[in-house]
Amino acid sequence: MNLNKILKNVLLIFAASLILSACATKKVSDGQMQGDVYTGADTVEELAKGVPDRVFFATNETVLTTASRETLRKQAGFLRKNSKVNVVLEGHADERGTREYNLALGERRANSAKDYLMTYGISANRISVISYGKERPVDSGSNPLSWSKNRRSVTVKAN
Amino acid sequence: MKIFKSIFIIFMYLQVQSFALIEVDITRGNLSPLPVAVSDMSLDKDSQKAFEKILNKKNIGTEISNVVKNNLKQTGLFNPLNKDAFLQKPDIAHFKPRFEDWALIKAQALVTGKVTLVNEKLRVEFRLWDVLAGKEMMAIAFTTVPKNWRRVGHIITDKVYERLTGEKGYFDTRIIYVAEEGPKIKRIKRLAIMDQDGFNNKYLTLGNELVLTPRFSPTNQMVTYLSYFRNLPRVYLLDIETGIQEVVGDFAGMTFAPRFSPDGKKIIMSFAKDGNSDIYTMDLVNRVVERITNHPSIDTSPSYSPDGKYIVFNSDRSKYQQIYIMKNDGSNVKRISFGRGLYGTPVWSPRGDLIAFTKLHKGKFYIGVMRTDGTGERLLTENFYQEAPSWSPNGRVLIFYRETKTNTKGEGFSAKLWSIDLTGYNERLVPTKTDASDPSWSSLLNN
Repeated sequence: MNLNKILKNVLLIFAASLILSACATKKVSDGQMQGDVYTGADTVEELAKGVPDRVFFATNETVLTTASRETLRKQAGFLRKNSKVNVVLEGHADERGTREYNLALGERRANSAKDYLMTYGISANRISVISYGKERPVDSGSNPLSWSKNRRSVTVKAN
Repeated sequence: MKIFKSIFIIFMYLQVQSFALIEVDITRGNLSPLPVAVSDMSLDKDSQKAFEKILNKKNIGTEISNVVKNNLKQTGLFNPLNKDAFLQKPDIAHFKPRFEDWALIKAQALVTGKVTLVNEKLRVEFRLWDVLAGKEMMAIAFTTVPKNWRRVGHIITDKVYERLTGEKGYFDTRIIYVAEEGPKIKRIKRLAIMDQDGFNNKYLTLGNELVLTPRFSPTNQMVTYLSYFRNLPRVYLLDIETGIQEVVGDFAGMTFAPRFSPDGKKIIMSFAKDGNSDIYTMDLVNRVVERITNHPSIDTSPSYSPDGKYIVFNSDRSKYQQIYIMKNDGSNVKRISFGRGLYGTPVWSPRGDLIAFTKLHKGKFYIGVMRTDGTGERLLTENFYQEAPSWSPNGRVLIFYRETKTNTKGEGFSAKLWSIDLTGYNERLVPTKTDASDPSWSSLLNN
């Protein structure tokens, strides 16, 4: 009798955990990543009202996605209207690469954001670039979602 | 840091030429380490009292022997026997070992010694004996300031190792590394230096700015590293004796991935500008800068061959990170890594015949070695994350760092130093007080 009850409970918990874990993986794949580029809003802050401060990259990539270009166009719009504001572009990589290569990769990512801002009329002398490689993750997880949040270029006001 | 300046008076007072009957083969993974008896260094009553006062160590003879014993054990090539089984007293063993007694406990080699206080200095004499042949193989004496007693143990180990293996040791050396503390998303990093066995740890920076990738000069008094001082990532030079730091070169962008040339006169590094990283050198005497690579890809992690004629480096000119070799003027660029996966952090062996590297394949990180033409790739160790091998000065051991995977809450991160034999055997955690990364091995201090 008692044993039966325990078994039943165990089964219930097991079934529940299956459903829960299925939910968790599903959420990751369609909610917050496309390919392996982060598309969520968890870590994103605002450079100005309605202007996201960061763009995300695929593994080992420095190419801007459609969403990234849209974000950067908003940033360019804000910077055109506020000609006194200068920015620093901080380029980052995830933890799945060697330190030195990641420093170079972060620099390249920040520069692809910079180049895009420049094509929208922001002068190079208002933009400085710094790479942190994998030294400043925003998410300390060791999983694809965390890594996708860390592969980023963040636009920060310099003054 | 007066350690470098305190000169060791080393004199061989007796070097008996005898043919080595014991030999340790270090070219294979050694599965049956050589049994060695390291007898405590004998110490007379007066010296013992004096050293207890100076060094606050009850028995400095035992302490020095322990340094030797621990070093030998860490090599994986020797099996230091438990001294509880020793039948002879240290002083008598040093004077004239009864070889039958040592053979009885299966010791094949015996190290004995004697410590005395002479004019406020510490004098150690030690002997290495071949137990089976019943012969003295080596006898050496050192005199130094008492506070250098650990170094005496390291130098003795170097002599014993060299006599038994036929190759130079790596015990009287130090490791410079980055000490890490704090949460993963807000790491505090400081330069730190310690003896090869983890003792005498000392911090060289305060942690106010991010510091990365320190590397020893072949002359040992200078270190080059990357610092984010004033948020400008630049290559710096640090004199570890005086503590004086200076930025290397006035580049209008990030400089990183520095290493010394084998003669210590140049620094080779990457310079990143406008999204492109290329390799440059700077002459430390006349400050002349030379551009070595000129390619739109990322070129980084350069490392000279020991003769200075070639440079191995990391580039993604074929789309992903691979290892390339070129002449020291940047000509004759040739890719050498063709295995599956990505390759990074190439470092030329001090013997010149091998390149150690980090490899990423199918989500795992490996430390491996290959010949300088890319053939003979051997992977020594596999893990979740590890990188940045640095060679022991004799080219037998690699030290690197390893990071752990965090759990779902992002907890459980750690970074530690590990060492492994070139054979792939004898993987060991290198003890550090804090988390640690980016190790660089010095050359022998007492060469």
